[in-house]
Amino acid sequence: MTTVTERPAATDPAPPRRPTRNLRRREENRTGVALVSPTLLIVLFVVVLPILWTVMLAFQNVRLVDIQSQGLWGNWTLQNLERVFGSPGFWSSLWTTLVYTIGSTLGSIVVGLVAALALRKPFRGRALIRGAMLLPYVAPVVAVAFVWQVLLSPDLGVVNHWGTEWLGWDRPIAFLTQRSYEVLGVPVPMALFTVIAFETWRYFPFAFLFLIARMQAVPAVLEEAAVVDGTTPWQRFRFILLPQLLPVVALLCVLRFIFTFNKFDDVYLLTGGGAGTDVVAVRVYRFLTARFDVGLASAQAVVLAVVLIVLLGLYFKFFGRKVQEEQS
Amino acid sequence: MTRVMFQIRFFGIMRWVVIAVLVVATVFPFYYMLLLSVKPIDELLLDPGRIWVSVSEFSVDSYRSVLTSVENGGQGFPRMLRNSAVVSIGAMLLTLLVAIPGAYAVSRLRFTGSRKVGALFLGVYLFPATLLAVPLFVMFAKVGLQGSLVGLIIVYIAQTVPVAIYMLRSYFSTVPVSIEEAAALDGCSRFDILRRIVLPLAAPSVMATALYVFMIAWNEFLFALLFLAAEPDHWTVSLGLQQLANGVEVPKTVLMAGSVVLTLPVVLMFYGAERMLTEGLTSGADKS
Repeated sequence: MTTVTERPAATDPAPPRRPTRNLRRREENRTGVALVSPTLLIVLFVVVLPILWTVMLAFQNVRLVDIQSQGLWGNWTLQNLERVFGSPGFWSSLWTTLVYTIGSTLGSIVVGLVAALALRKPFRGRALIRGAMLLPYVAPVVAVAFVWQVLLSPDLGVVNHWGTEWLGWDRPIAFLTQRSYEVLGVPVPMALFTVIAFETWRYFPFAFLFLIARMQAVPAVLEEAAVVDGTTPWQRFRFILLPQLLPVVALLCVLRFIFTFNKFDDVYLLTGGGAGTDVVAVRVYRFLTARFDVGLASAQAVVLAVVLIVLLGLYFKFFGRKVQEEQS
Repeated sequence: MTRVMFQIRFFGIMRWVVIAVLVVATVFPFYYMLLLSVKPIDELLLDPGRIWVSVSEFSVDSYRSVLTSVENGGQGFPRMLRNSAVVSIGAMLLTLLVAIPGAYAVSRLRFTGSRKVGALFLGVYLFPATLLAVPLFVMFAKVGLQGSLVGLIIVYIAQTVPVAIYMLRSYFSTVPVSIEEAAALDGCSRFDILRRIVLPLAAPSVMATALYVFMIAWNEFLFALLFLAAEPDHWTVSLGLQQLANGVEVPKTVLMAGSVVLTLPVVLMFYGAERMLTEGLTSGADKS
């Protein structure tokens, strides 16, 4: 039936079936719109409108108490943005966010890739180990953040206990509360480093899942041929496997970057934003709940989103094309 | 030894080293959580380096404290578990109700703006939750949904619908069109086709999506904190645990017992459906 209706109209001088086709088209269109509209409404009311409102609030001088009495159109001002850019904490916080995001994104993808390579070939117990490896990703963030806190605690944590006992540490290291720590004379941003490690630990399974799924789709013939040619395992990885994985790696980079850049709960639960881990998302929360300064919090959130959009734009401008070339 | 031989040996060994390190790194924190939850706090303070528990010191007091209601002097987790269950199951059912028709439409039907709708759902994903937090906080305060579980469910639907549509749509498009066309010829309406043909065929992926949505809702923390912090009666387990840690000095062993209670349901659920879940999540990864 479809083959008949979809025959090009030009060959048929007076297509008799056109009215029915149009009817079906219209019916399909109507059903489609009807089926999507519940989703659309929810997304519109709970996501799109709030975002637009945040943008408006960013240009108004409002506190939570005023908002009940004040209408939608308050006094417009650039004061919030001036305060955001003018406060010394903002730039360092943005910098922290960037370091945290890039570190965690790279960390989780590299570890995920290493894990996927190690588990690529089948062996006894692989399913079990694969399942274990997904634990950090599945478990609730509150629970895992608390376990890390206890593990790394200077007085009763097992890490510090072993470190001082077996690894010759002079004194326990306050992993989550110390801003900077000297390792062989070089200052290391300790707390920030720990949160990056946590984020890497929690999200490498995500990269692992995507990479191993892609690896399974790489035709075995390619590598078998390369083995016959006497290539080393490293060469096979570098010249055969890696090029096949690049599109997925690029996708993971974008996804993980976006998610980590906006991340609130992990850092908030681990350090509360102290000791040099004051990422912008945590600052927004603090402005909102500690000072009830809706305008300033909104301005801060909008700036965060704009920075993210600009960075993504740059990424797609420079790498988007490259990735497509690799793919074709 | 040739370079090829050397590398084969080297990577052969490294492979097992990597596997061992990764297993320890992923499993040990969870083992530690379990261990501390059954240890008396004095034993822990006495010897923090000992990572096993002897039969004589094994105790379930931490669990007793966590699972006793507030009226009886405990931490009141049963009520929080109930709240978490209500919110997660509510969000799961409503998300499916909304996402199944949506995903079907996006994967099968050509309609005005269908491509834009797809982009919009993806875009939603990309906006920071903190950007939504401010206005939703204010909006809910205005309409009186602040502090209610219903408000939280609504937010979770919006958060999970894009993921759900993404997961379902790739599965719906694997259902052969010819079956649907045959049904249409037999006089089935679109709704009948969706209910009687597509859904049964896609049942595994619907299950996977449901579980995934449940997990997201169960694990969520930011919105629970923003909307419910002032209402102890409505705390979810995540929020309750965090408030517990924040409040008066509570032994770490009790915190760990709470963490186990919070973690166990999702982990059990996940292992019950691991294959389905990971396939649902990454389907399309090998095509990208």
